[in-house]
Amino acid sequence: MFFTSQEFQTVAAALNSGFLKTLQIFFITLIGALPLGLVISFGSMSRFAPLRWLTRMVVWAVRGTPLVLQIIALYYVPGMKDLFTWPSGETGRMTAVCVAFVINYACYFSEIYRAGIQGVPVGQQEAGLVLGMTRRQIFFKVTLLQMVKRIVPPMSNEIITLVKDTSLARVIALQEVIWMGESFMKGNQGYSGLVWPLFFTAVYYLVFTGVVTVLLDRLEKKLGYFR
Amino acid sequence: MTILDVQNIEKHFGETKVLQDISFTLEEGQALAIIGSSGSGKTTLLRCLNFLERPDQGRILVRGETLFDAADPATQREDQVRRKRLHFGLVFQSFNLFPQYTALENVTLAKELLAQESPDYKADKKRIHEEIRAEGRALLAEMGLQDRMDHYPHQLSGGQQQRVAIARALALKPDILCFDEPTSALDPELTGEVLRVIRGLAEQHTTMVIVTHEMAFARDVADQVVFMDGGTIVEQGSPDQVISHPREERTRQFLSRYFQG
Repeated sequence: MFFTSQEFQTVAAALNSGFLKTLQIFFITLIGALPLGLVISFGSMSRFAPLRWLTRMVVWAVRGTPLVLQIIALYYVPGMKDLFTWPSGETGRMTAVCVAFVINYACYFSEIYRAGIQGVPVGQQEAGLVLGMTRRQIFFKVTLLQMVKRIVPPMSNEIITLVKDTSLARVIALQEVIWMGESFMKGNQGYSGLVWPLFFTAVYYLVFTGVVTVLLDRLEKKLGYFR
Repeated sequence: MTILDVQNIEKHFGETKVLQDISFTLEEGQALAIIGSSGSGKTTLLRCLNFLERPDQGRILVRGETLFDAADPATQREDQVRRKRLHFGLVFQSFNLFPQYTALENVTLAKELLAQESPDYKADKKRIHEEIRAEGRALLAEMGLQDRMDHYPHQLSGGQQQRVAIARALALKPDILCFDEPTSALDPELTGEVLRVIRGLAEQHTTMVIVTHEMAFARDVADQVVFMDGGTIVEQGSPDQVISHPREERTRQFLSRYFQG
């Protein structure tokens, strides 16, 4: 049977190790970009105009150019310009990719946060103020949860996109799951000319996005107790 | 005893003068109704009293204490403004209940946060918490909402939501309770229940400032009426003077539109 064959075992083991890196990029990006995005969103709403404009320019530049380009630039330019060098090999590639992803996704998230924060009616804040609450209390006790409720649907979209965007890391030859799948076409561990491993990577993405979708739906339902 | 003394309040939004030379006083236990057409500055005046807007001129005194003086920046410090706000309560036109909290939690939230600042809170947490909840339940029961305490705002009708909002404002025992067109966002058949509650508060001698379009209600409930137009006070006096026997032409014109329907 195919699933017990040597070929499948070898390929699956390689794809698994590639997918582990995919997961790594995914989780590091979330852990870095979710808080960084909030900081950027505060910058883009700052009452201090120069900071606001600077932040919005950065967000525009990052959202306005391809992530692939950002990964390539971030990985090669520092070395070319003698600014600094990434660690050698896979570690360096992974670090560069994660930095690029965190910055890129933080900018996207910041716009979602901004819409979420600005979408909470100003009356909520005023109600808190006249009840003698501090701005801090109003943010944490009143506004935050309403904002979270608003941002869950657009955030889900962005997170699903992130799952698939991790494959862009292959552009600097990081050995994530797509790179691994493709390697069996070119030659890897004695196999070459295999096309199915590349297409089989789709299964990994589908399972993963499936799990993510279920989890985010559950969160959305949980917040459905109020309107 | 004079509880509220508003002196020469003036407010601009850019070039537009929204309030001009507004002065009035209010006695403890009395209700003041502010009437006037939309854009006459009534809401801005209430927002000034609650420190949601900062007047450009004038002074606001409560029980003789100067809470705000446009000429004295020391009275405008953010950390103090927060405490000063507690002299006033405000019921909004659009309720502004917190959607993620039940009716009871809406009423108790601010009080619990304030209690946490008192020095003996830690030692007596449980008792304080229970007291606040008991008070909240009593207030909601007074509003006729004893069987709606654990409902979320979206599960309540507009009239019920506004009654929760009134309970929420009362929970902090403000010296002066302000209403900003409390029934304007309600369907006509729901205004009665809210007006009844406010009438009840007037009978208990709650000091109130009520911005309203309900002329008959203002005439019945208020001890004093202020008619505003174009950011100024045109006429003030007893309801009988202002609503039933207005002296000023502008007041007459405004009222005739109401009573002719």
